[in-house]
Amino acid sequence: MAIAVNTSRFEGVTMAPPDPILGVSEAFRADNSLMKLNLGVGAYRTEELQPYVLNVVKKAENLMLERGENKEYLPIEGLAAFNKVTAELLFGAGNPVIEQQRLATVQGLSGTGSLRLAAALIERYFPGAKVLISSPTWGNHKNIFNDARVPWSEYRYYDPKTVGLDFDGMISDIKAAPEGSFVLLHGCAHNPTGIDPTPEQWEKIADVIQEKNHIPFFDVAYQGFASGSLDADASSVRLFAARGMELLVAQSYSKNLGLYAERIGAINVVCSSADAAARVKSQLKRIARPMYSNPPIHGARIVANVVGDPALFNEWKEEMELMAGRIKNVRQKLFDSLSAKDKCGKDWSFILKQIGMFSFTGLSKVQSENMTNKWHVYMTKDGRISLAGLSLAKCEYLADAIIDSFHCVS
Amino acid sequence: MAFRTGISRRMMIRSGFGLRSMSSWWGSVEPAAKDPILGVTEAFLADPSPDKVNVGVGAYRDDNGKPVVLECVREAERRIAGRLNMEYLPMGGSVNMVEETLKLAYGENSEFIKDKRIAAVQALSGTGACRLFADFQKRFRPDSQIYIPVPTWANHHNIWRDAQVPQRTFHYYHPETKGLDFASLMDDVKNAPNGSFFLLHACAHNPTGVDPSEEQWKEISYQFKVKGHFAFFDMAYQGFASGDPERDAKSIKIFLEDGHLIGIAQSYAKNMGLYGQRVGCLSLLCEDEKQAVAVKSQLQQIARPMYSNPPVHGALIVSTILGDPELKKLWLKEVKVMADRIIGMRTALRENLEKLGSPLSWEHITNQIGMFCYSGLTPEQVDRMTNEFHIYMTRNGRISMAGITTGNVTYLANAIHEVTKSA
Repeated sequence: MAIAVNTSRFEGVTMAPPDPILGVSEAFRADNSLMKLNLGVGAYRTEELQPYVLNVVKKAENLMLERGENKEYLPIEGLAAFNKVTAELLFGAGNPVIEQQRLATVQGLSGTGSLRLAAALIERYFPGAKVLISSPTWGNHKNIFNDARVPWSEYRYYDPKTVGLDFDGMISDIKAAPEGSFVLLHGCAHNPTGIDPTPEQWEKIADVIQEKNHIPFFDVAYQGFASGSLDADASSVRLFAARGMELLVAQSYSKNLGLYAERIGAINVVCSSADAAARVKSQLKRIARPMYSNPPIHGARIVANVVGDPALFNEWKEEMELMAGRIKNVRQKLFDSLSAKDKCGKDWSFILKQIGMFSFTGLSKVQSENMTNKWHVYMTKDGRISLAGLSLAKCEYLADAIIDSFHCVS
Repeated sequence: MAFRTGISRRMMIRSGFGLRSMSSWWGSVEPAAKDPILGVTEAFLADPSPDKVNVGVGAYRDDNGKPVVLECVREAERRIAGRLNMEYLPMGGSVNMVEETLKLAYGENSEFIKDKRIAAVQALSGTGACRLFADFQKRFRPDSQIYIPVPTWANHHNIWRDAQVPQRTFHYYHPETKGLDFASLMDDVKNAPNGSFFLLHACAHNPTGVDPSEEQWKEISYQFKVKGHFAFFDMAYQGFASGDPERDAKSIKIFLEDGHLIGIAQSYAKNMGLYGQRVGCLSLLCEDEKQAVAVKSQLQQIARPMYSNPPVHGALIVSTILGDPELKKLWLKEVKVMADRIIGMRTALRENLEKLGSPLSWEHITNQIGMFCYSGLTPEQVDRMTNEFHIYMTRNGRISMAGITTGNVTYLANAIHEVTKSA
């Protein structure tokens, strides 16, 4: 009896929508206009709008090539040398959480992979617990918690009226959440808004989290990129750790070391005892094993070499300042262009107040579409532009596009 | 007033009263059991004995017991170094790498590739490919189960469990003959409900080293047609089994010729020695190009919240090698060297045991194929191997042939003989 093996089991599989962020680059590539500008994905570009491989990374790779190291499997938790330096970079060498061995660090697949490990840990050990995420937040956060089957809800964050932080709304919503919720916080350079709490506001956020017995969960994807200083950008995380709180921190080296495609990051869990940290680490490994067995080695080695070598580390700090500096310059130029060209007197100073790679312009979905359709400026529909993809030379053009979209489209 | 409240709150924190800050959230987290396979290497590394032998994890070693980086890989790395950027790969990974990888599995001139009927994405080695498939299966065939051979690589169970796909087993290994239990396998295939999903090892079955013959594959394929079953191949050892990648993909070829729409997980961990780079590929053969595009888009949706996009370095190595005829030739030569060394060690181990006058039959050592040998040792015998002889292997009696050298084969044979001679 001949069964038709040609009927696919997956007949009913429909086409998935393009990713709202990564799909932007795809659309940009397909555009033939000479004026096109890609302000979509958060990938750093030089003033010539070229991708940038850091000098320290090239040096590290050459060292690795010369040494001719083998390509054996890493342990499930990743490269030990990497795990050590990544923890020190985040908390500061000599920090009590490290000295007391209260920190579980596991190498992860950049920020995404590290967040996913944490989400799976939450699902397994805190069934029913919610994660509170900012409104708005990076688009993939929701996908991660959905696929990990962790319920989430939003806390107010962005205030469109001030193009700033809705601090009272944020505190209120964190207070209103069920005790023992996880609060997802951006350590610095909030994505997509670029709006960070002040140090005083961080203290108050920590207060309310302690009051409600919530667990802080930091996403640190831009350490060094916000202010240019690696230490300053870690101050929110260190503030919480100094209070003796248990917390989770996901790290990424995609942007600050330009290692995007190497997928290198880490999940850190600060526990109140060394015993708890050891147990948590073992369970993170158990989650990673059926996902990918052990993490990729190349990026980990690069980071270990750069951060672990004093000369390379200092050189990195300099390159970091240059990258962050370029973005600050671009912000200034964009602000100047907008203020000069805009006849309607709109206050554009939020561009200077925001920090990091992104700016939340306040453009609506329709206006953002105008940016793309009329001006060939590619950005995400939530009004986010990546300043890392903007050159000084293009600021005036962009200012024209933004003013046109704001005032002529509704 | 506020000042005093502040102080008393801090005092409460310090004494552990009131606020829970000092007690851990992680009280209910138990220590996870050590991974049975990777845990073996950890124990081996911790052993100070100069005689120690690691025949645990399936990572190739040369005759000096050293890890090997293939020449073709070193050359590829030299060419890649100093490249212009490290930009994100697309969610589906490196297009070049995937194209070359499909040729290996489906054939150099495969009509399915020409007709664009294969939905394929770069994956995090074999594990990642299996996991993507398991999650995809759960999402789009939520009522399905996966039939897994007994025994299988331990992590297969973890993968489908974490993907929340219920598992069933089918007979595979025959302990009495240390070969294939073909009759029971076919019974299980026939008795499974029509349209069941089966996990098959394309070649060099892990952990047993026992593969169906060509004839047996043809019968399995035929029965799959009758029952309308779905075949998912885990191919982690292409090239490693016989030394000839084309020959090692024969099972897949048979199924394709019979018209099955299969799925394949491929890995470059062993056959290109890229273990830590995590390079592999998941592919699903679809009815037509349109369906392949839809399926690929959904696979990407699963990858995005897991790791966004796959790592580039290993993929570049693969595409550099396979895209250059000279480098590809070199690779094929080097794979054959590895496979031949293992075949040589199988012969040596068996001969040694026979020379020692072992009362047992050891022909399964040379009958079995690939990196592993299912020795037949019991867990208690394995424990003796470790405790008395510092020989590290998994407790199911699996020996990684890649860990055997001309330098340790005699010692290993002696130890096996010691623990089995009174069996």
